[in-house]
Amino acid sequence: MPDVQSTVVEFVNKLRKRKIEGSQATAKCTVELLRSVISHQRVPHANQAAALIDAVKAVGEQLVAANPVELAVGNVVRRVLHIIREEDLSLTTAAMGGLDLLDASDDDDVDNCKGIGYPAMSAAVVAAAARSTLRPPSLQTLLEGTPESATVPYTSSSGADSESKSKSADKSSLTRKLKHDVIEGVNQLIHEIAGCHEQIAEQAIEHIHQNEVILTLGSSRTVLEFMCAAKEKKRSFRVFVAEGAPRYQGHLLAKELVARGLQTTVITDSAVFAMISRVNMVIIGAHAVMANGGVIGPVGVNMAALAAQKHAVPFVVLAGSHKLCPLYPHNPEVLLNELRSPSELLDFGEFSDCLDFGAGSGSIQVVNPTFDYVPPNLVSLFITDTGGHNPSYMYRLIADYYSADDLVM
Amino acid sequence: MESRRNPRAVVDPKVRQVGFFTSSQPDSSSTQQQPDPIAAASASSSSTISPSGNSLSPVMIPPPLHNSSDTFPLRAAAAGAAASAVSPSSFSYSSRRDFPDGSTTASPGRHSRGSFVKSSVPVASSLPGIGMGSMAAAKSSSVPASGLTTVSVVTMPPGLSEKASGMEVQSDQKKPLKEKTTKAERRAIQEAQRAAKAAAKADGGKVPPVTSASVASTSVKAAKPAKATSQKNDVTVAAGAAEKKGGPSEKDRKKDAPHPRMQYDDESRVVKAKRRAVVKQTEAKNRVELFRHLPQYEHGTQLPDLETKFFQLDPMHPAVYKVGLQYLSGDISGGNARCIAMLQAFQEVVKDYSTPPEKSLNRDMTAKISSYVSFLIECRPLSISMGNAIRFVKNRIAKLPITLSESEAKAALQSDIERFINDKIIGADTVIVKHAVTKIRDGDVLLTYGSPTAVEMVLLHAHELRKKFRVLVVDSRPKLEGQLLLRRLIKRGINCTYTHINAISYIMHEVTKVFLGASSVLSNGTVYSRVGTACVAMVANAFRVPVLVCCEAYKFHERVQLDSICSNELGDPNAISKVHGREDINYLDGLTNNANLQFLNLMYDATPSDYISMIITDYGMVPPTSVPVIVREYQKEHLLV
Repeated sequence: MPDVQSTVVEFVNKLRKRKIEGSQATAKCTVELLRSVISHQRVPHANQAAALIDAVKAVGEQLVAANPVELAVGNVVRRVLHIIREEDLSLTTAAMGGLDLLDASDDDDVDNCKGIGYPAMSAAVVAAAARSTLRPPSLQTLLEGTPESATVPYTSSSGADSESKSKSADKSSLTRKLKHDVIEGVNQLIHEIAGCHEQIAEQAIEHIHQNEVILTLGSSRTVLEFMCAAKEKKRSFRVFVAEGAPRYQGHLLAKELVARGLQTTVITDSAVFAMISRVNMVIIGAHAVMANGGVIGPVGVNMAALAAQKHAVPFVVLAGSHKLCPLYPHNPEVLLNELRSPSELLDFGEFSDCLDFGAGSGSIQVVNPTFDYVPPNLVSLFITDTGGHNPSYMYRLIADYYSADDLVM
Repeated sequence: MESRRNPRAVVDPKVRQVGFFTSSQPDSSSTQQQPDPIAAASASSSSTISPSGNSLSPVMIPPPLHNSSDTFPLRAAAAGAAASAVSPSSFSYSSRRDFPDGSTTASPGRHSRGSFVKSSVPVASSLPGIGMGSMAAAKSSSVPASGLTTVSVVTMPPGLSEKASGMEVQSDQKKPLKEKTTKAERRAIQEAQRAAKAAAKADGGKVPPVTSASVASTSVKAAKPAKATSQKNDVTVAAGAAEKKGGPSEKDRKKDAPHPRMQYDDESRVVKAKRRAVVKQTEAKNRVELFRHLPQYEHGTQLPDLETKFFQLDPMHPAVYKVGLQYLSGDISGGNARCIAMLQAFQEVVKDYSTPPEKSLNRDMTAKISSYVSFLIECRPLSISMGNAIRFVKNRIAKLPITLSESEAKAALQSDIERFINDKIIGADTVIVKHAVTKIRDGDVLLTYGSPTAVEMVLLHAHELRKKFRVLVVDSRPKLEGQLLLRRLIKRGINCTYTHINAISYIMHEVTKVFLGASSVLSNGTVYSRVGTACVAMVANAFRVPVLVCCEAYKFHERVQLDSICSNELGDPNAISKVHGREDINYLDGLTNNANLQFLNLMYDATPSDYISMIITDYGMVPPTSVPVIVREYQKEHLLV
């Protein structure tokens, strides 16, 4: 336990000092940390899921507080919580389902992790119960659910809970089972986060055609892989990269693209509007995707999105599923943003000669935000590892990954 | 509003006849003003502007309200005074000319005269014989106008000397006399003539001190014929406008159409141009495909080459040479600064000029100027404002009367150029400042981009007026001109916020107005300006923040442009790969010669007119849709001043 605590503290410090760059790296670290938290967590016999959830939540709160702007942390914590809840439920239903619970639940948790749904191995009542506890009511349940079947699941599920408690008290194998399943699920999540680039890049060929001109902004590994995947499939196209002052991430991206043999042109950020009329598509890697379909991306993205809208250029956002945030943004330009050091814009002391704080001289403020918010109406398409989606669909996609109980942490 | 409604009756033919009788009315209104010693000055001065101001018929352009009074103090006294000699007549032309055009003209015309506004209406109403004074005034109108203009066209061409111009004035004023005139009108006309004479005398007194700097009192004569020609041209233009389908105006228009620019992807022409070139330039190899039609040279190769050639280039005037080098090295940048530097160099050229034997001054000097211009183009592509200034200079040279002696012609040219600088650039800026300052209120948060000189003057002036506002300076790579502006503003005690262009949507929330500069305003309302201006205007538009563009009218151009690609200027690509002052950003070192990697350093972009709320120019504050009107109506004036 103490070693877990120390790694948590270490990670929190890293987050605070913004030592970890990029939402993917952060997400990865977070999942790994949570996995060790779970594996070190002692599980009581009764109500083990709740114990796990509490432990994960406690750590998660610390992490989120350390860097509230890095939404990937919160997303991953919620994902893990969701996994715990689902595993718990599947075990419960399996326990209810019958004697051959071990085999069935094995099948179950594989399915659950993919978020596909439940096999109809037990009664429809169970499926309905699962939906009612984990997800917002879908149209299907609303239509299909007859009064009695709608009421039955509730009673049965609450009954199932107590039942499972009593059962788990008996069976120590079940306790180990839950923890094992959860860790299994978390491992799958790690795998998914690590593989999201490939998943997204696989779709590149469907979106990039020959002789296309693509504009991108900022440095995103997802975007890099996406373009390289198209390049590998013998598509030839050219890329305009906005340099992304003052961090010049665009230079970094340009370097990588050139190394992979792509025709690359670096432009200044101010030339985005001038060039967008000759661009076929804007591809951006998101920092986070909000539930309303809004995007938080590198600074300057909103400008590019507006210009793209003006010239009817598709604005495509690539986002791994760990970037999907279940929160709705309020004033995201300010609240989900971070101001970086002014020294990136003005050298320290450069203006000291004209700033005497006595009489008659003005003051300087330097604004250097990190992120930009793009409202959903400017986004044409999201490409996630599950495929392409409309901005208006994002809330539904996100509902698959998170349980409603965890939205507020 | 009333004045606006009344003239509509003009359409009725009967009423037009009424107008016929009171043809000289505008004259009287102008002369009414003359006796007043102070008003006389302003009247005459305004009249130099009014021809154009009045002919704004089709669109009601906000009148240059303070125009006359504002510009005047700033100009050299000579410029205004010389103009005033001829002004009454030119004024009467113009005012008459525009009435037949239709309804709205009357009011802008009257307003534009500023000081006349009040006086002219009462005068009109006091006229005997006509019931509705203001109507009559409006209808003073078509028939005499056309008569007049044709007359003047006939009389003008030979008249190039001072005498001729005097004659014109007289004949023009007598013409209306022959039509039925009332006593009052006759008296008014007499007064006008007297005033004109007085003004002429005053000129005689005033002009020498200024122009004598270079040449003696002959310059008075030199200046006046110039005026005469200009006036004549005004009239011919007017005639063309009045007759609408007149042959000459059509031809003129064709001639005026801008030449197609040099396209650098046209190989044969590039080869030709290279043969002529003074500067050996190595073209950049690794270029962006889209911009093949624009020149791009290896940066840094030109300067040493030029320096070594300094003594071999004997046809080049040292002043031009110096300016060229300054362009090349970037010491002089910004539309106005470049234009003024060029014009001053040309002044030097004119001063040191002597006509070679067996050549005419007009032709030889035009050729000289052309060769200098092509040298300057090699140093850096011309800005549109410079193009306009060059057109002006060439036009002045071409219009020099052959009768003038060389020294006279030179003096005339020099003073013309001087006047262009003072009126069209410096004077225009002060007028813009006056206009724009009215738009700044206490508590405003103003955003500006780059370092536009006009906007800077506006901000400083507003600060002097003790308005309380904050300035957001938005800057962009690679030039970072905003830092210079920031420095100057802070030194003057203005509170500033500095940021880069990417953060524009972050700060746009708090902005109340956006002030932008422009390199040029094209006649489809597109604002051609420092790259990034379009981004700023677009974001401002998205956030519903008004965008005000400050631009001197001499930068307006009849060319149209839809995108920023067809014509633009390419800067040094290496400026992009290297980030000045940030050694940690070195990702692209050593990749500059990679065939897969290009750097595009655009200098300008075109802002669509729908993002622009208002263009503040020396003729007032206009919407972008009015730009073509200004271009059309004022262009002639630009050329002739």
